[in-house]
Amino acid sequence: MYLARVIGRLVATRRYPGLEGVALQLVQPLDEYGEDMGDTLVAASVVSTGPGDLVHFVDGREGALACPVTFVPVDAAIIGFVEQAYANGVFLGRAEEASA
Amino acid sequence: MFLAQVVGTVVSPVQIPILERQKLLLLRPVGPDGKPSGKTRIGIDRAQAGVGDRVLVIDEGNSGRQIMGDPKGAVKTIVVGIVDYVEAHGVLAYDAQRRD
Amino acid sequence: MLIGKVVGSVVATRKDEKMQNQKLLLVQVHDQQNKPKEQYVVAVDSVGAGLDEMVLYATGSSARQTTLTENKPCDAVIMAVVDSWDLGGDNVYEKWAS
Repeated sequence: MYLARVIGRLVATRRYPGLEGVALQLVQPLDEYGEDMGDTLVAASVVSTGPGDLVHFVDGREGALACPVTFVPVDAAIIGFVEQAYANGVFLGRAEEASA
Repeated sequence: MFLAQVVGTVVSPVQIPILERQKLLLLRPVGPDGKPSGKTRIGIDRAQAGVGDRVLVIDEGNSGRQIMGDPKGAVKTIVVGIVDYVEAHGVLAYDAQRRD
Repeated sequence: MLIGKVVGSVVATRKDEKMQNQKLLLVQVHDQQNKPKEQYVVAVDSVGAGLDEMVLYATGSSARQTTLTENKPCDAVIMAVVDSWDLGGDNVYEKWAS
């Protein structure tokens, strides 16, 4: 499970059956200083999140287990909205403040 | 399993049901000597760990689901123990009693 | 999941028998700005994607979570055809743009 920021939304009408109604978001993984860590990816979102939000996501097959239908080809899913995160004494912030 | 340093905490008010009432920690994977190695991640605390602790982390879905007792849980990274000491190449590489 | 563009197809007559009836497409990986990377994957198509379409593909054991690839040797599967995406409110890609 990783910390990340939602940086965009993706629309795909034609998708694997069972994934209807699952939001797809572009996320940028973050390290403990809130800095970008690695490449961006697309994650299925099973909790209500939008661009700018701080979230945590799970990768691998566990991503599919978070979806309403669990037998789906999903390898990353946002599983929680992060209100605040502290690391090394640094406040990584509320999503609204950090994106402003 | 790997060793990690607990570097922070994560507060998530909206998340998938299996994560409710679980403490989330920000983890920095480290080598036996404490040198950072690999990507920062978020883990579920099952060992009453806190910031500054050296911990044992399991990052594999099947094991995670066994620990959480849910065969369909979307969980992966779990803090399973607090490290007392690490011996590497015949020398004491880390000792929780002697940390400064 | 990662974004890619279908740039071709791969045909292999002699292959593991478990891989019969799988349509294999060559996908070039793109970044979030829609810039192509020098990185390609061969993925099984589960949604009927075509040449030049932008797609999403899943990798690892998740790729075997389709009726087409279940219990088959497969580590990448195209699971959606991308219509559009935006980054921080700016539209990056629009399939139906004239």
